[in-house]
Amino acid sequence: MNNSNLATPELAVIDVKGVTRSSFIMRSALAAGSVYGLGAVGPFVKQAMAQEDGGDVDILNFALTLEYLETAFYTEALKKAKGLESATSELAKELRDNEAEHVAALTATIEKLGGKPVKAPGVDFGNAFASEKSFLKLAQTLEDTGVSAYNGAAPSIKSTEVLAAAGSIVQVEARHAAAIRLLRGETPAPDAFDKTLEMDEVLEAVKPFVKS
Amino acid sequence: MVEQSTQQNHDKAALEELSQDTASRKRFLKMVGGAGATGALAIFVAACGNDEETDTGATGDTDTGMGAEKKASKGDLEILNYALTLEFIEADFYAAVIDSGEVTDKKIAELAKSIGENEQEHVDALTATIEQLGGKPAAKPSTTFDAVLQGGPKMILATAATVENLGAAAYLGQAGRIKNKDVLAAALSIHTVEARHAAALNTLVGKTVVPDGAFAKPASMKEVLPQIKPFLAS
Repeated sequence: MNNSNLATPELAVIDVKGVTRSSFIMRSALAAGSVYGLGAVGPFVKQAMAQEDGGDVDILNFALTLEYLETAFYTEALKKAKGLESATSELAKELRDNEAEHVAALTATIEKLGGKPVKAPGVDFGNAFASEKSFLKLAQTLEDTGVSAYNGAAPSIKSTEVLAAAGSIVQVEARHAAAIRLLRGETPAPDAFDKTLEMDEVLEAVKPFVKS
Repeated sequence: MVEQSTQQNHDKAALEELSQDTASRKRFLKMVGGAGATGALAIFVAACGNDEETDTGATGDTDTGMGAEKKASKGDLEILNYALTLEFIEADFYAAVIDSGEVTDKKIAELAKSIGENEQEHVDALTATIEQLGGKPAAKPSTTFDAVLQGGPKMILATAATVENLGAAAYLGQAGRIKNKDVLAAALSIHTVEARHAAALNTLVGKTVVPDGAFAKPASMKEVLPQIKPFLAS
């Protein structure tokens, strides 16, 4: 890899807002391109696909389950939660939209890799929507858990393209976590190094909210 | 490994020092040391030729691949030193902000202090990691923040937000280039903390917490370095 290939500044400023399923695939390919040089993207993506052995699909499906859970959480909150301040519901809308985009992108990526996307789980958030306070509390738990889940799984990802996509999503999860924490008067970054969680630890943590 | 025994003594001393450090730093180093069966800090011992961990596939952990790769590649050390340089600048920035007394809002000053402490922990951990992987930590750059500090609290916060968003993008830009899975895990655990800082500061300056939308954009070294240049004293 020669040094002139390292940066392709044009790629980083591409607008990814309102990203669609197919453009996400492109986007993660472009993210790889910004690292390896645009010329390398085509063969690189093909190579990444060829190397798939189910491992990355499993991780993507695990992430998809979490994103489904988060999307459902904010969607229900916006319908049911009592006493949300306008700033809180504005944030909840933005977060719901982000999570829904993550669901769409992960689904498309899994399909592209020849895998079968998991279905949305049944959810039950208990009394979380009784007040703004209880909503924010569970929101923080879900977002912090999401960060730890991605960070825990990411090093096992084989495809650099999938890793770039996961990194791009986990940064957004961390931003969500910090925003929710700030609303609760908590420190946005409780630790200098975010914790990692193994898949089984994450599944255990979210079990109370998954019905099926 | 010509200097093996000297190196080992040095590393033993460093390991002892590390083991007495704060919980979060220990966790970070544990992460760098291999999340699987390797155990805390074993990678560092292994990296400098200790017999205990020289068997191939000693960890039996195919996920991390650490059995085959005990030493950081040249590329990983370069990335770690790049990260270290960014963290040096960030830590210096918050120290300068606090020293200046320009931020009088108590809550904001507290946030600046806590972010600054995070950055210092990143500096310490990255330095230790580079040393343990047999590299030479980059020298602390001379910094200048006069222009920002003279701009008052508003400019200070805006600059902090810019720097943190840049930092998060910089880590994201390197993630795919890191070869050693444990170094990757450690970088990711810093990456999301930079993202948390960025989101908090964005909120304070009235910006959206997710300026790139649902998918954060990476930044390459080539993009990042010109943006930190104004803070480097010549």
